Amino acid sequence: MAGAAPTAEARAAEAPRDHAGGGFASAVSALVRKDLRLELRTRESVPAMFLFSLSTFVLFRFGLDRESLEGDLASGVLWVTLLFAAVLGMNRLFVAEREEGGFDAFLLAPVDRTSLFVAKAAVLFGFLVAVEVAAIPAFAVLLLGPSPFQALPGLLAILLLADVGIAVIGTLVGALAIQTRARDLIVPLISLPLVLPVVIAAGHATAPLFAEAGAEALPARWLGVLGLYDLVFGLLALAVFDFLLED
Amino acid sequence: MFGRGLQTLSIASVVLVTGAFALVFLYAPNDADQGFVQKIFYLHVPLAIVALGGFVDGGVFAIQYLRTGDRGHDLRSYVAIHLSLILGLGVLATGSIWAKASWGAWWVWDEPTLVSFLIVFLLFACYQPLRFSIDDPERQARYAAVFAIIGGAFVPLNFLAVRLAESLIHPRVLSTTGGSMPGEMRLTFLVSTVAMVCLFVTLWKYELASKHASMRLRALKRALAGDDAAGPLARTAAPTQI
Repeated sequence: MAGAAPTAEARAAEAPRDHAGGGFASAVSALVRKDLRLELRTRESVPAMFLFSLSTFVLFRFGLDRESLEGDLASGVLWVTLLFAAVLGMNRLFVAEREEGGFDAFLLAPVDRTSLFVAKAAVLFGFLVAVEVAAIPAFAVLLLGPSPFQALPGLLAILLLADVGIAVIGTLVGALAIQTRARDLIVPLISLPLVLPVVIAAGHATAPLFAEAGAEALPARWLGVLGLYDLVFGLLALAVFDFLLED
Repeated sequence: MFGRGLQTLSIASVVLVTGAFALVFLYAPNDADQGFVQKIFYLHVPLAIVALGGFVDGGVFAIQYLRTGDRGHDLRSYVAIHLSLILGLGVLATGSIWAKASWGAWWVWDEPTLVSFLIVFLLFACYQPLRFSIDDPERQARYAAVFAIIGGAFVPLNFLAVRLAESLIHPRVLSTTGGSMPGEMRLTFLVSTVAMVCLFVTLWKYELASKHASMRLRALKRALAGDDAAGPLARTAAPTQI
């Protein structure tokens, strides 16, 4: 059932009418629509990522034996959980392409190959946002000590920048691992060290927002580090992604 | 193809490494604070510099491989990263010994250089498993090249992030080697670094020559005695043909 959808949709993405006008942009939007429709029909990634986050919060509650968290501990638990949930998404990102021949269909289409990278990164970014919309309120209810509302504007900025970085790296690693024999092992092994700078920066930036005495000022330099990371790996990924597709 | 200049390089390495050790033990003064134990610095820091350089170098050869499609560059990249991984183990071991001797613990998290090195090491430790899990040689080379390029760019970014994370508590000057080092120590350190670079290049060329020779031997066997003579290749992470 899930099998027929991606190829059919991928073909739809290649239909001449789709890229007659805009080319790159319409190819990206067709691919994104394909993936979102697939996710809406099969509900494979986002619910699993969200449930995983919830279980991890419960694990941390007992692993740390704390009923409420604040400051750097809260920030660390939140980021480690979101990261592990993101790894689940990376693992599944290209599964339909590989198993249902979506790669072949895409390569046959007369569109820029980079459009697949942009589309997949956008989809992973969307998945992460969807998970966070549900998981962060759950975190605030279950574990967070101080009120989350003061922290919200700063947290949104951090989440936005960190999600871009995770989505870029995740797309790259997902594409790298999908053709290997040990995909489930390769994705976490490679992606966790690679996104460590994101965790360092996002964790340090979030910690003062969750301070017990109420949110403190957002340290701007960590946003700078996140932005730099997004920029460097975004450009790099655009440059090397083509080599991950077969000729 | 890869053997040229090996003899000169080998002699230069022996002379330089011997000279560096002589300088370390006979010429450089004992550190005022740490005493004799500080001399591990002349091994640890050059090792780390060369290992990181090797990782970045692996990325540079990977770019050349993707640009030209020449398998020789894939082999160069693979051997550079492989050697750097081995040296990386040495870096972590010597760093750990130094930390135990001067700070009293086998591992300290507030030393950003050591921590960032561990992260880089963990990332590149995945290079071999990644290659090993891809069967097709051409795809293996291409994917490994993409990985090596990302890893090469990751090295400086990671150092920036880890150093910033620490400097909140421990402000420190950016340069760890400059400034306060007295002349004898600086000279010894420079000679040790040059010796280590020379040693790395020599080992790298030896490994390249050896890998290339066994590929040639295999090809010759097949040419002379037919395809069955060489037997099937075992699955391997290393490039098997150029």
